[in-house]
Formats: sequence, structure tokens, C-alpha cells
Amino acid sequence: MTSPATLNHHKDHYICFQQSLKLLNRMTSCSVVLGAPVRRVAIFGGTHGNELSGVFLVKHWQKNGAEIQRSGLQVTPFITNPRAVKKCTRYIDCDLNRVFDPDNLGRKVMEDIPYEVRKAQEINNLFGPKGSDVAYDLIFDLHNTTSNMGGTLILENSGNDFIIQMFHYIKNALAPESCPVFLIEHPNLKYATTRSIAKHPVGVEVGPQPQGVLRADILDKMRKIIKHGLDFVRIFNEGEEFPPCTIEVYRIIEKVDYPRNKNDEIIAIIHPCLQDQDWQPLNKGDPVFLTCDGETIAYEGDSTVYPTFVNEAAYYEKKQAFVKTVKVKLTAKGLRSSSS
Amino acid sequence: MAALQRLQPVSHVAVSGGTHGNEMSGIYLVKHWLREPSALQRDSFSATPFLANPLAIERCVRYVGRDLNRTFTKQFLNSKAAWDEPYEVQRAREINQLYGPKGSAQAFDFLFELHNTTANVGACLIASVQDNLLPMHLCHFIQTHCTLGHYPILLYNLPDQEAYSISSVAKHGLAFELGPQPQGVLRADLLTQMGALVACALDFIDLFNKGTTFPAFETEAYRFIGSVDYPRHPDGELCASVHSKLQDKDFLPLRPGDPIFQTFSGEEILYQGHATIYPVFINEAAYYEKKIAFNKTEKCSLSIPALQRE
Repeated sequence: MTSPATLNHHKDHYICFQQSLKLLNRMTSCSVVLGAPVRRVAIFGGTHGNELSGVFLVKHWQKNGAEIQRSGLQVTPFITNPRAVKKCTRYIDCDLNRVFDPDNLGRKVMEDIPYEVRKAQEINNLFGPKGSDVAYDLIFDLHNTTSNMGGTLILENSGNDFIIQMFHYIKNALAPESCPVFLIEHPNLKYATTRSIAKHPVGVEVGPQPQGVLRADILDKMRKIIKHGLDFVRIFNEGEEFPPCTIEVYRIIEKVDYPRNKNDEIIAIIHPCLQDQDWQPLNKGDPVFLTCDGETIAYEGDSTVYPTFVNEAAYYEKKQAFVKTVKVKLTAKGLRSSSS
Repeated sequence: MAALQRLQPVSHVAVSGGTHGNEMSGIYLVKHWLREPSALQRDSFSATPFLANPLAIERCVRYVGRDLNRTFTKQFLNSKAAWDEPYEVQRAREINQLYGPKGSAQAFDFLFELHNTTANVGACLIASVQDNLLPMHLCHFIQTHCTLGHYPILLYNLPDQEAYSISSVAKHGLAFELGPQPQGVLRADLLTQMGALVACALDFIDLFNKGTTFPAFETEAYRFIGSVDYPRHPDGELCASVHSKLQDKDFLPLRPGDPIFQTFSGEEILYQGHATIYPVFINEAAYYEKKIAFNKTEKCSLSIPALQRE
């Protein structure tokens, strides 16, 4: 039986403890952001009709969606460019993943409107409208590349704490396997993607895989990324608090074309030392191109860059041999769902 | 072993790139040789480079109307021109005029065709099953002199099947098939290897023309016996991918009971054949529409008699 003196002693400790907790809460809540719960999620495949991992995953999930269901969320798998998928080609008239800008989305529908612009408007109506309150919360857009990029996550906005926290979660879940994050935020190099209609757009780019080929190992890698991404959303919605975190990302700085002659023909190709070396440091003097005559063209920049999208088939016509990036650290504030 | 065989010297040789418009090694090499032909010149002859399917090359697609490399049968070559025929039928007839006619005395002596595949075949040498002497000696010469790699020989058609590829227009033909390389991509390593193979082949022809005796030999080859399609849904859609254990295992033995496909729900499908076969062209992009997941071959041994020019 405790004496009144002891009780008073405990009470003082208890009051102290409560005051400490309040202080701690105030300190924590300064660095915790409350995010709206994420309820409406879409998974897009076939934005490019010959990038087959996403096409087959989405078609499989449309028949049997158990794997992508999570409590508290609605997850919709969707083929964005069905005609291109049927023809197994990247696009019919123009690249769907470049036409989600305001001009194209607002364009008047005439007879000769490119198929992909019409499609973009339909998709914007179903999953957007872009920029509005009723747009989908989160879209995963599934892509493949012929470049040796592994399983890359693409980030559009360096200030999106929710996505940075998700990427941190996915990277940890996949470790020790690496999961590079590619930041495409740039005044003029950023492009208007299909996924950009959502509040939280996530690009998933897995390679190397040839166009028109379905590899089991690449499919598996993409599947794991989606699994961890959806797990993160469920945990977030259920009230888990994610402390502030930092991730390393590769930020795009410049695109590099192939050397061409005056007839615009390619006169040098990706050097064997650069081929397949996505995300590896490129320093001054390192080989980048090899000419028909067997000469090496070296990188002349003063600082180290990290090339990616090295020798992507679809980028020959976009005049892009590879893309230069720099390593940058991004920090996200602590995060918790506002519904908890 | 048969006695020494004699053949006429080889004077008209052609090298074609871009029979498929998105197989980049051959296209790039031929465009280079059209500007600078010196690499194709030898003492006793010069080889003529040409782009086989210019329209498909321009669009960077395999073909425009139908697969050019399935259009060199007598049925297509002798057919009457029609206004609605596929582009490739007309082109095949043109090529037959320029480098054939197929089966005639005027045809070119040798035609090389340069290909890439998304399959992990490495660098393989493809000949028709009927054309045994000169191409086999050429292959043997490459295997013993071209040290950049290992060069399996593939005999692509069935015994009573007419040779249908572009090189069948000439008296003798050979295809160089290098992979893996995605369609529309140019890899420097395969480009270098393809150039070296062509150079080695032309060296052989030059030596042959100069009277070299090539002794008899035995060689191993892989002979095409059939193909296996993907498991499909009733609507034709794939319901499985090539199994990760089979992927990239071209020319390695596949035994009954080995896994060949995996469904999207995770089930394994095993090889049901009775004997060990050697799969080739495993997961070639262009073969999905031909309903081929991989080709089956069996190993055979060829005895080739000695060869010298007349």
C-alpha cells in the first residue's frame, strides 16, 4: 500500500512526464507533415505499346487483381495506349508520354487530331483532371527501356514529401539490390507525362529489355517495386509515422545527342566503355562515342556526371544518345496521414 | 570420306544489310561500306554492299508489308506483279533480278546477309541445309581463324523445305546472326564483331580463289527440327513468359522435364518433348507474331570433303 507521500512523489513525476511528452510532441510535430490519405490509385501499362512488362502485368491484374489489392485503397490497373499495344509499337501518331501538357489536354477534338492526343484527353477525364481536387491520388506508370538502368524510380518534383518517403521505403525494401531514383525536374527538359495527371505521379522504368520482348526477370523486378509501393500506401493510410528521411537521387542536367554529319546521319555510336554503364560515374577523358573509323570521342566536361538512358532505342529519333545527371540529396519531412 | 571437290572461283559476291529494317549492325555497316568500300576489296574480287529493305530501314521496322526474309521462294519470285501486293514481294523480285535469278547460272556466287536478334545466340553462322560444301568450309575457316568468339553453325530449314532467305538468291549463301541486341539499337561490340566476321569470310573467298586447298573436316552443327509457341489464352494473348531458367540459354541442352515457361500466376510449365534438344532464338521479339517462343534444333555431325577451286 503506497503512503500519501509516495503518491505525491509519483504524481510529481507523472506531471513532469506529461510535460515532457507535450514538449516532445510539439518538437516532433514541427517536422511532421500531415498528408491526405491516398485512396485512389491507378497502375498504368502500355503507355508505350512495345514496353511489355507493364502491358502484361496490367492485363494479368485486370483478370486477377488480388495481388494489387490493399485494404483502404482502390487500385485500378489500366492500359493507356491500347492501339499501340495491339500493334506492339511505341505509339501510333505521337508519343503519349509527352502530350499531357495544358495545350494538348485542352485542344479541340477535330478529325485529324493525333490518336494519342485524343487518348490523353480521355485519360485526363477518367483519372484527372490534372491539377484538380478530384484527380487520382497516385499513379504508377510502368515502362521498360533498352538501357541498363535496372529498376529505376522516376520522380517529377523534388518537393513531394510523400513520394520521397515512398521511394525511401521501396529502396530499403529492395536493398541490397540498388534502386536508383531519377529526378526529371528541370526548367525545360521535364516532359508532360501520362502519370502527371495524378497528385502523386510515380514512374517505374525497368531495363534492359528489348522492345517487344517480355523477360521473366524484368517482370519480376517491376512486380516487386509495385508491391512495395502499394505496401507503403497502405501503411501510410493506417497511420504510421515516417520520420524525416534523406535519399540520394540523380537529377537530370542535360541530354547528349549522337555526333551527326551534315545530312543528320549518325557518325559515331555509344562507345563500348559507356555501353551498359548507366548510373556509373563519367569523368573528363572517359570514352563516350566511337566513330566509324575507330576513333574515340571522350567526355570533355570538368565535373563528374552520371549518365543514364544510355543507348535507348526510342531516343535515336529524339536525338538522345544518353542523359547526364548529377547526384543530389533530397530530404523529406516526417510524414503521417491526416486521417489518423 | 569423299574425294576432293572442285568448284568454280567466286567472283560475284554481295553483302546485304537491313533485310529487316530494325536490325542495326548490318544497316550501319552497309551504309559505311557504300561510302567507303575499301574494306570489301580483296585481290581476286570485290564484294558489293546493298541495303535490302530501304523502306523498312527508313521507318526502323522489321518489314512494311511482309517479312522480306520469307519471300525468296520461287512462289513469290515468279509471281505476277499485282497492284496490291506487299512492298516486300516487289522488292524480292528486284533483288532476284540484281543478284539472281535464283537457281540460274547468272546468279551471284555468294550472298552474305547480316542480322541481329534479341535472343542470346552470340554470333552464329546460318546456312541452308542443302548448300553444304562452300558455306561449310567458310564456316570452318571462320571458326578456326576468327578468334573474337565462338561461332556455332545453324542449318535453318527442314530437309525438303525450299531455302527462303535472301541469300538463297545466290548460288551460295550465309547469314551472320548476332545477338542479343534490341531492335533499333546499335551496340559497338556487336558492330565490331560483325565487321570482323565479314572480313574473315572475304579473306576465305580470296584464299579459295587463289587456289588454296582446304582439307576435309568433320564439324558439329545444329539442325532446325521445329518450334515451340508460347502458352496462350483462347484469344491468342500470352499467358506465360519464357522461364527465367531458359532465358538466354541458346545452344545449351534442354531436357524433357526442364522448365520452359512461367505463367503470370507463378506456375512453371515444363518441356514435354522426348529427347534433349538445343533451343535457339529463345525470346526473339519478331517471333511472337510467328508463334515461336524458341526454335528446336538437334546436334548433328557433318563430314565435309576437301575443297579446291577449279
